[in-house]
Amino acid sequence: MEEKNTFEQSLERLEVIVRSLERGDAPLEESLKLFEEGAGLVERCQKQLDEAEQVVRRLKKGADGSPEELPFDAEDE
Amino acid sequence: MDGNISSVSELNAHIKALLDGDGSLRNVTVRGELSNYKVYPSGHHYFTLKDKDSSLRCVMFRSAAAKVPFTGENGMGVICRGSVTVFPRDGAYQLYVTHMSVDGVGDLFAAYEQLKERLRGEGLFDREHKKPLPAFPRRIAVITSGAGAAVRDVIRVLGKRWPLSKVIVLPVRVQGREAPPEIVGAIRYANRYEVADLIITGRGGGSLEDLWAFNDERVARAIYDSRIPVISAVGHEPDVTISDFVADLRAATPSNAAELAVPDQTDVYDRLRSLRIRMEQVMEKRLALLARRVEELRTRRVMEDPTVYLDGKRQEADRLYERLVSAQERKLNQERQRYIRLCASLDAMSPLKVLSRGYSVVRDANGAVVRDAASLSVGERLRVTMSHGQAECRVENVREDDSR
Repeated sequence: MEEKNTFEQSLERLEVIVRSLERGDAPLEESLKLFEEGAGLVERCQKQLDEAEQVVRRLKKGADGSPEELPFDAEDE
Repeated sequence: MDGNISSVSELNAHIKALLDGDGSLRNVTVRGELSNYKVYPSGHHYFTLKDKDSSLRCVMFRSAAAKVPFTGENGMGVICRGSVTVFPRDGAYQLYVTHMSVDGVGDLFAAYEQLKERLRGEGLFDREHKKPLPAFPRRIAVITSGAGAAVRDVIRVLGKRWPLSKVIVLPVRVQGREAPPEIVGAIRYANRYEVADLIITGRGGGSLEDLWAFNDERVARAIYDSRIPVISAVGHEPDVTISDFVADLRAATPSNAAELAVPDQTDVYDRLRSLRIRMEQVMEKRLALLARRVEELRTRRVMEDPTVYLDGKRQEADRLYERLVSAQERKLNQERQRYIRLCASLDAMSPLKVLSRGYSVVRDANGAVVRDAASLSVGERLRVTMSHGQAECRVENVREDDSR
């Protein structure tokens, strides 16, 4: 799949950071860096959610068989 | 017994003519239980219908059997329609069945039960085959009718819960003869072009006939073969289709499928907040701990009153100075003693001391001490130093003395 799932990766990275901070085995300098990274990830994830707009497409089989995306309008019943 | 003798064939033909002539036997409907059910390679079905006391031989030709949605099984209660006639070869009458339906329950239900048991036996419903669903689907393929409430419900719920997922609708017919191949085609197409990482397929509620496409064996196998995980969502809560059994996850309704497909953003916001709080708490605790340690160190006496430290150092410096001074004095004394000893031995070796014993020193005009008479020449001037005073002399004669 073309795009990377940054949200899931960010969340996973965030979990790793929080666990590492809670273990408290990293030197202070490094912990501060991790904290900063974690705070950035939280912010980024929240922003991603805040700005998310649902995309809905209808898939059509193109002339060569490969998929073509068209806007989706729920047809009337 | 002679003129009236007929052959077996003649008698059987006569009986057959009698039965065939009875119009009421041309279209009979009979209820009974199936036994000795056999399907021949020709596609014709042979069986016996029986009740408590009696039995009836039946045959259902391939063309008639193809119209029956289920396959007969021994012990099954059925209602058969057809005509009774004689099979002259065996001299037996039998029912030529044109229609068969399940007694009591509907045919579709019977077919459903049969297919379900067969596919279960094949392992299509096995738990080990179920694929895990992505936690955060990026693209969700919705395979259902492009019209109707189902697709709208799915889109609405997905959008409300998790707008980050792109929704890709693959419109298909969901009832009628064309529905199963279209659903199968869409599932296979989605897999071939990897258009999504999750598939939702299903439709809104309806009669058992309306939902039939999702009890189709081809649809079941397409779902089973799908590499993309499939959530099936057919009808209302109590409807369970074959697709539901074979899917990786069964949803009660299309809206429910959307709920199961994606996380709720409210929960994710909460999770993000709680992760942030945990992070902050752990850092605050750590920094507070460090601050306390700094405070502890700061409040030690030496930090509070640095003169205490300096006093100590000053005393130490004094002690060191004393040691240095005494060491130097010792060294000086030693040097002084050595000097006295040296002066004494120097005095002993002084040439003045030698001269005082009657010796003299002879130097040439350059002042160099003369040690060998051979280095002198007649008429050369010399200076002789004695214990007291000096004399200027001239060489009169040189006698080399080899007594040395």
